[in-house]
Amino acid sequence: MRNEKTTEDVALGIRRRVFEHSIRNNGGYLSQACSAAEQLAWLYNEELTLGAPTLPLIPEPFGGVPSAENAGYHTGAGYNGPAAPEFDRLFIAPAHYALVAYATLIEVGRMAPEGLEMFNQDGSSVEMIGAEHSPGMEVHNGTLGIGLSTAAGLAWGRKRRGEPGRTWVFMSDGEVQEGQTWEAVQACAFHGIEVKAIMDVNDQQCDGAMSSVMEVGDIRTKFETFGAACIEIDGHDLGAMRDAVREPHAGKPLIILARTNPFHSMPILEERFPRLHYVRFKSDEERARFNVSIAADLGVDPIDYAQ
Amino acid sequence: MVEMVNRPYARAFETFAAGNPDILCLSADLTSSCEIDGFRDRHPDQFLSLGMAEQNMMSFAGGLGLAGFRPFVHTFGVFMYRRPYDQLMASIAYPRRKVRLMGFLPGVTTPGGMTHQSIEDIAVMRSIPNMTILETGDATEVESICAAADSIDGPVWCRILRGTVPRLFDTPIRVGEMRELSPGDDILVVTSGITTEEALRARSALTKAGLSIRHLHLHTIKPFDHAALLDHIASVRSGVITLENHVTEGGIGSLVAETMADAGVGKRLIRLGLKDTYAHGGSRAYLMRYYGLDALALVRGVEDLLETEFGISEADLDAARVDDVHSLAKAEAL
Repeated sequence: MRNEKTTEDVALGIRRRVFEHSIRNNGGYLSQACSAAEQLAWLYNEELTLGAPTLPLIPEPFGGVPSAENAGYHTGAGYNGPAAPEFDRLFIAPAHYALVAYATLIEVGRMAPEGLEMFNQDGSSVEMIGAEHSPGMEVHNGTLGIGLSTAAGLAWGRKRRGEPGRTWVFMSDGEVQEGQTWEAVQACAFHGIEVKAIMDVNDQQCDGAMSSVMEVGDIRTKFETFGAACIEIDGHDLGAMRDAVREPHAGKPLIILARTNPFHSMPILEERFPRLHYVRFKSDEERARFNVSIAADLGVDPIDYAQ
Repeated sequence: MVEMVNRPYARAFETFAAGNPDILCLSADLTSSCEIDGFRDRHPDQFLSLGMAEQNMMSFAGGLGLAGFRPFVHTFGVFMYRRPYDQLMASIAYPRRKVRLMGFLPGVTTPGGMTHQSIEDIAVMRSIPNMTILETGDATEVESICAAADSIDGPVWCRILRGTVPRLFDTPIRVGEMRELSPGDDILVVTSGITTEEALRARSALTKAGLSIRHLHLHTIKPFDHAALLDHIASVRSGVITLENHVTEGGIGSLVAETMADAGVGKRLIRLGLKDTYAHGGSRAYLMRYYGLDALALVRGVEDLLETEFGISEADLDAARVDDVHSLAKAEAL
């Protein structure tokens, strides 16, 4: 598919959509849009080689879970195009970024804006925590830390089959607290799996700042010691992303640590620090104030959410 | 004298898997203990060492499944569901990946004690949607488990016997069926895995006592043919006894109980197995005696069901087969 927007515009569009959704619904994953918009915009608008979507622009309702009886079952991966050998695959490892990922699909023309209106509605496939059947998802990643392992297995298998397409993972830094992440990196290094990951290092997790929940130390050194190629960049700098992906990593996984600001482009969010994981407004007054402030930051009119 | 087969899995897996590029052999640092060391050495292109890191291994296997491979995951059964349960659920069971989970050392077949003994795996697997459960009870079933497991369109949990295994049957596992080993009409005995051999040991003594025992052996635990079981239950007068190498909650005892309750069958059921207890480390024969999983326990169960004592003692039972835990025939490591 042709890029019709600049990646900067896609990132801004993601934030505007997540902002509008969060104001209308009195809460949402706002901070993840602040930190991750450039990464997802860059992946979908520039870096990934994807085919045209195979699923309808307006998502179908929930079609049942996988079972022997559910013959028509399919995942949401069709929004990323077909799983053909030449195309890339992407796993959104922290499924809690689903709102931001859906907004990205809309911005790059892979899902209709109506899709976001189905977010977290009963009977919808556009689930709050991205499910296997949710747009853009191929596996369940709601239990954090399992995404990289799945990608590693797929990447090994695709290499064995001689497929040129690459396997990418969007990760979050909280996942480094899970032992499985390190098991996955050591397995990639041992088997020479060249999976690629970009990690939103926003230093935040559900309980608050990571340093207050479980200190993880120098994760770049840890990744390198476990056998990955690791590069650290400003996660809001698209030029740095373009350079980082050229980092040689023959026989190793590549982990791009995208250091980000959880209030980026929405400074009023800092009022809610350190509880940024899911921002639910505490009062009408707060909601109104955030509406005016963030709208100005993003260059749009405040949302008329009373309607 | 029953034929004893040495390391049937080693040969059977290699025969089944070698040369099939879609089948991969995964191991978690228990390669010789799971009898796949020869396969590793002769077919390195199909072998993936994933180390002592089961959480990654399960999700990695899911990723291989997504790429169209059919991984056979080898480790001790207990290590394949207790620690990596979340990965088993999210990466394998939910998406119905064709991952074949080859769980070695079921129940008390290991002297390794609580950490090594999978005593509740069937209960866990029965409660997982999309999971198929197979259990081997003799060398012929071990020899046919790979083909049986690989015929399933989805994930499969297998209880595998290793080392020296008796040959009790001459036909392979046919998924979904059950084996009728004797056609009596007094009592129905239902066994699976190593408890089938125990029930066979008790057969002649019970026959001499004038009892007509109908004996079923289950190799397929899920899916399950409830109608066939109900027919067998209807064919006996006095009731049903289950004997399993597993806790009595959630295993084949529960399976039979649920089948009877759902159909409103009013006969007595005695469930023998580990009675809401962990086991400890020891030889198989010792553990089966200590925890009431052996032929004598079955005889006592029959006496309980019929409220009659038959005066059967250990000496009346067919010779027990006692393995030396440290014999050369066994894979060396726990």
